[in-house]
Amino acid sequence: MELFSTKEVSKTYASQQALTKVSISVEEGTIFGLLGPNGAGKTTLIRIINQITAPDSGSVWFDGRLLKTSDISQIGYLPEERGLYKKMKVGEQALYLGQLKGLSRRDAMKELKIWFEKFEITAWWDKKVMELSKGMQQKVQFICTVLHKPRLLIFDEPFSGFDPINADIVTQEILRMKKEGATIIFSTHNMESVEQLCDHIALIDKSKKILDGPTKHIREKYKSNIYDISYRGEFDSASNNIALKYNILSHQQNGNGNKLSIQYPEGSTSGELIRDLVEQVEIISFNEVIPSMNEVFIKVVKQNS
Amino acid sequence: MHKILLIIQREYTTRVQKKSFIILTLLMPVLMAAMMFLPGYLISMDDEQVRTVAVYDASSVFLGRMENSQFTKYKFIPKEEYQIVKQDIKNSSYYALLVIEPNFLTTKTVQVISGSNIPWDLKSQIQDKIQGVIEKDKMAEVVRQTAIPDLEQKIAATKTHINIDTIKVGLGGEAKKSSTEIGMVLGYIFGFMIYLFIFVYGTMVMQGVMEEKQSRIVEVIISSVRPFQLMMGKIVGIAFVGLTQFALWVILGVAIFSASKSFYPGTSHVQQIQNVMAQNQDTAQQVAAPQMDKIQEIFSMVDTINFPLLISCFIFFFIGGYLLYSSMFAAVGSAIDAQEDAQQFMLPITLPIILSIMVMMSAIKSPEGPIAFWFSIIPFTSPIVMMARIPFGVPAWQLILSMVLLVATFIGMVWITGKIYRTGILMYGKKPSWKEIGKWLTYKS
Repeated sequence: MELFSTKEVSKTYASQQALTKVSISVEEGTIFGLLGPNGAGKTTLIRIINQITAPDSGSVWFDGRLLKTSDISQIGYLPEERGLYKKMKVGEQALYLGQLKGLSRRDAMKELKIWFEKFEITAWWDKKVMELSKGMQQKVQFICTVLHKPRLLIFDEPFSGFDPINADIVTQEILRMKKEGATIIFSTHNMESVEQLCDHIALIDKSKKILDGPTKHIREKYKSNIYDISYRGEFDSASNNIALKYNILSHQQNGNGNKLSIQYPEGSTSGELIRDLVEQVEIISFNEVIPSMNEVFIKVVKQNS
Repeated sequence: MHKILLIIQREYTTRVQKKSFIILTLLMPVLMAAMMFLPGYLISMDDEQVRTVAVYDASSVFLGRMENSQFTKYKFIPKEEYQIVKQDIKNSSYYALLVIEPNFLTTKTVQVISGSNIPWDLKSQIQDKIQGVIEKDKMAEVVRQTAIPDLEQKIAATKTHINIDTIKVGLGGEAKKSSTEIGMVLGYIFGFMIYLFIFVYGTMVMQGVMEEKQSRIVEVIISSVRPFQLMMGKIVGIAFVGLTQFALWVILGVAIFSASKSFYPGTSHVQQIQNVMAQNQDTAQQVAAPQMDKIQEIFSMVDTINFPLLISCFIFFFIGGYLLYSSMFAAVGSAIDAQEDAQQFMLPITLPIILSIMVMMSAIKSPEGPIAFWFSIIPFTSPIVMMARIPFGVPAWQLILSMVLLVATFIGMVWITGKIYRTGILMYGKKPSWKEIGKWLTYKS
């Protein structure tokens, strides 16, 4: 079921077109990757979702109806550019931010206790924010974002500033919240985490959406008939008819494991490639290469320019 | 609504709990009290340095007639010594050298030569003494020529000191003794206080906005509340900080005033001042009694000032002026990234405030003149200028007109600055131009 969507949302700042008729649809209980190069318009879209700015045209939908002001209590937002009041105490500040999201002081206190214990930061409660390291501040911020148990979470580069251990803790928390039914919009330049987390992605470039679909399908779609093969036997890639028919991308031969990366031309099939190879060598493994999100990203954005 | 209260609460508590706030709040009345008492105390303190002044009197009029006072000795020296001392006053045993030329009566000038700047006190002492001697001589001459008996006493009796009692007639026809001086002082104090509050708390708003922008917490907060709520919450919260400070000052001020009221008349302190005067002036006896009355009169006249009106007007004009200016300060804070950029945008805000203070100075002198009238009606200057006029009494229609215009202007101003603010807080990395800020007004929220 769809929890959130935008329909043909456009926004212009002075002379700059920030969004051009962008439509996205986010299913409930999934992680939606919002990707795009710097300055593509992601932040503008996220601000529109958070009702920080309004679109010039188009509509924004939440839970089957138009998004309204009171919905902000059901949305949690961790911006890329984020900070806390430096001179305020951690606990006091977290309480304040929780209350601003509509929690009562008591509920906020109760939830904060659970989170502070889970993240093992209870000792920070009375410290001023300026005494904490950047990573520590990020942890507090993460808690403040999810404290009010929003149905829709928006994370903009949530892992920046975290060491690998803390990044993993946060990843696990995000996955747990998803399991518990939260819907997450996730914006990042880290394509590995997109592969790891996102069910669905949309790619925005130059104010327009240029790619949209389930992560799996998109990677399938951008594969380019490349196979990684390991084999036993002798095989001379230079003077062979395989070299004439196929495009050999790389070739390693050394005693126990010989590896070949090969691409078949349009019109051919993987079956034909296997048949041709079997005549020459003994195949141990034969794997289709699925492009990483990183490759898809670069390819799509380059095509668009 | 609930959220704006949260914001107000945070803005208020974080500031009121600050050490600097507590110290300033307590210290200010002490400083003001010190400013009230110090001059009196200083008068009572004598310059206790013993100085010897060499007198070279070529006219021979003064020989033996310059009486030593407690700390100043006069020594008449002959011409030979005079020439030596004149060469090198610094290394002589005299503090100063008084030179009286034979023709001093026509030039009406004597010279005091000294190695340092002589104290004003000493200068006036010498002046008094010389004038006294000459007046005495002239008087003796007149007495001798006219041969009227007791002339000297009769002339002395013509010296008269007149007090002017200014009576203010209220609406009900009741007459009260008022004081122009007290009106001026109060007008000045209250006008200046508004000026101070607008500046101090307006800047505080600007810095608060910049803090939120620089620390980048603003985006988190405006995903929970409307930017306008955040701006107004901050402005109102800080207004309460100002009112708290003012209330504490009033309480402390009343305490100090009533303490000094019971302490001032008849105490040794006042006596002391009068004793000092008695020592220095022959007429001291005549002055002392009214002086004494005067102090009591000041207290009774301060009592006749309509303080409830004055204070409620102060609160109104403080809030009105503060809201008007602080919303502009907030807009500036939102538009810039760093304090250094503030200057360019501050100018149009500070200019009318400074103009107000200048107009106020003339308004307390002629509170009913056209300058005072117009500037106390125009909203940007009215808080300060009107406040300076109120102790003198302002017609109700003028007060109301000024108030209505102020409210209307600040509502309009908040509407405009809210638009600038909402765009400004999310703009990073560039210093906007006036033109660009103008464009922000047209953005859809």
